[in-house]
Amino acid sequence: MRLVVDLNKCQGYAQCAFLAPDVFAMHGEESLVYNPRAEEELREKLAHAVAACPVQAITAEGPAGPGHTPGEPGQERSDGR
Amino acid sequence: MAAEDFLDWLRREGRIVIVGASLAGLRAAETLRAEGFAGSLTMIGDEPYEPYDRPPLSKAVLLGKASPHHTELPRRREIDAKWRLGVAATGLDMGAKRVRLADGDEVEYDRLLIATGVRARPWPKEAEAQLDGVFVLRTRDDAVGLHRRLKASPRRVFVIGAGFTGSEIASACREHGIEVTVAERAGAPLVGALGGVVGAVAAELHRDNGVDLRTGVMVTALEGDTVGRVRAAHLSDGSVIETDLVVVSLGATRNTDWLAGSGLGAGPRGIACDAGCRAFDFRGIVTDDIFVAGDVARSPHPLFGYQFLSLEHWGNAITQAEIAAHNMISASAERRPHMWVPAFWSSQFGVNIKSVGVPSMGDQIMITQGSLAERRFIGVYGYQGRVIAAVSFDNTRWLEFYQRLIETAAPFPVEFPTVDRRPEGRQPIPSDFPDPSLPTHGPTVTLSGYSPSDRHLVFTPARH
Ligand SMILES: Cc1cc2nc3c(=O)[nH]c(=O)nc-3n(C[C@H](O)[C@H](O)[C@H](O)COP(=O)(O)OP(=O)(O)OC[C@H]3O[C@@H](n4cnc5c(N)ncnc54)[C@H](O)[C@@H]3O)c2cc1C
Ligand code: SF4
Repeated sequence: MRLVVDLNKCQGYAQCAFLAPDVFAMHGEESLVYNPRAEEELREKLAHAVAACPVQAITAEGPAGPGHTPGEPGQERSDGR
Repeated sequence: MAAEDFLDWLRREGRIVIVGASLAGLRAAETLRAEGFAGSLTMIGDEPYEPYDRPPLSKAVLLGKASPHHTELPRRREIDAKWRLGVAATGLDMGAKRVRLADGDEVEYDRLLIATGVRARPWPKEAEAQLDGVFVLRTRDDAVGLHRRLKASPRRVFVIGAGFTGSEIASACREHGIEVTVAERAGAPLVGALGGVVGAVAAELHRDNGVDLRTGVMVTALEGDTVGRVRAAHLSDGSVIETDLVVVSLGATRNTDWLAGSGLGAGPRGIACDAGCRAFDFRGIVTDDIFVAGDVARSPHPLFGYQFLSLEHWGNAITQAEIAAHNMISASAERRPHMWVPAFWSSQFGVNIKSVGVPSMGDQIMITQGSLAERRFIGVYGYQGRVIAAVSFDNTRWLEFYQRLIETAAPFPVEFPTVDRRPEGRQPIPSDFPDPSLPTHGPTVTLSGYSPSDRHLVFTPARH
């Protein structure tokens, strides 16, 4: 699953790092680092993190992301390529 | 066709072409579909990859937290586009409304969005830039190559330029225990973007983390060995630094070359557009079918005296793309201006650095919260008696408050008492930007007057 965090919005509340520590980690006091390609088994944890972020800074493809695109395999291909 | 009918037709079956398939291009495409554009959409990108995110390339990727092969941007929705990836646009015929491609094809449009961004400025001496082990960092391919070499335990990495990217690279190297030398022409890192007062804090950050920081020096030459691998860098103070990996971080050049001769107001500073993202032609006349967004655009901003701003900011690329997309398929009364307050983040040596507004316009700075010595503070920049920008080091939660001050042109020096009153907190001091007539290597904001291109009108007197 792909994800991106709007780090202009992110306030470093670390909710995401608490809920999905394999994807998000704090680096120093406030900086967030994350893996933009989360493993499929982390789907549920990632969905929790997306929902829990107080400033809605996380956009993920698949789970609960804004605009919600279904994350079925092959979905990219239907994009006309 | 009446204007409304044209718009109806455009939204239903028009052809929109987006050149530059990256952050701005993708977000524009998503917005077009979200707003009901049902016609044909073509995405042209010279990189062979689908749109990916760049900020992680100098952060999570180099820190080993993400793979350089996998920073593709999530899709907010289906965009049902024809993708032409791995092929560059090489020309524009404004009259015939066509984009020419490197493979000889031509694509016709009714509306065109240009989002070709910028590219890394290479080391100017070509033979030296070709040496094995000399890198820039802009693209996914650059990141893959650099990442591989960093994993092979270089003896020392040499970074040219201590702007944001250069500093982030140095920081990641130190975290891996790799020796790093950073050479910077100015007196401190980040000076071009944040000024000397904050730059001094950045310099301490480098040195405390074991970076061999050389300021006030120029790199005069890169030296290769007999098989063409880089082995040393020569500095203007006479010193020679042995290295097997050089990263050139000298800022960026706007991708406008392909528009040369097209008649668009495109030049080395970008493509000038109005506040609604419509591109100007070289005569300063606004076009109505060509729009621009992202790093390649220059647009006038009312908060900053209608000066043209070029921003190399992630958030700007997104908001400008959304505005451009909306305006492309909207009647003039429904168009919206792009009035985003510039905002930027960086993360280096474990410190979260953020800025809002245009710090480089500020001639004074005032530390309103925290302290420079603790490297946890807010600095507010003033320009002609008002607040023009703010920067935070590990103090991000307050930034929104300062953004409001910028938006409302609050007076500077600020008058509110701060919760954590400190000695340095109450006095504005010169923000100490380098002489603006000297180009800095890596500004993230460029302010410029109106001179969009090196083309000019020529007056040819009549003969008889
Ligand atoms: C290493 C790095 C770290 C960064 N960190 C931050 C950060 O911390 N915070 C922040 O705010 N910003 C950061 N940025 C800046 C941010 O990535 C950019 O602002 C953003 O990518 C701009 O998006 P864009 O779509 O306008 O341009 P780009 O991402 O540059 O995309 C333009 C695309 O167009 C393509 N193109 C160019 N010419 C042609 C042509 N003739 N035909 C077809 N395609 C063409 C290019 O190859 C490219 O793929 C960083 C950038 C880099 C490189
Ligand atoms: S939960 Fe949201 S605000 Fe908090 S660290 Fe994660 S992304 Fe940032």
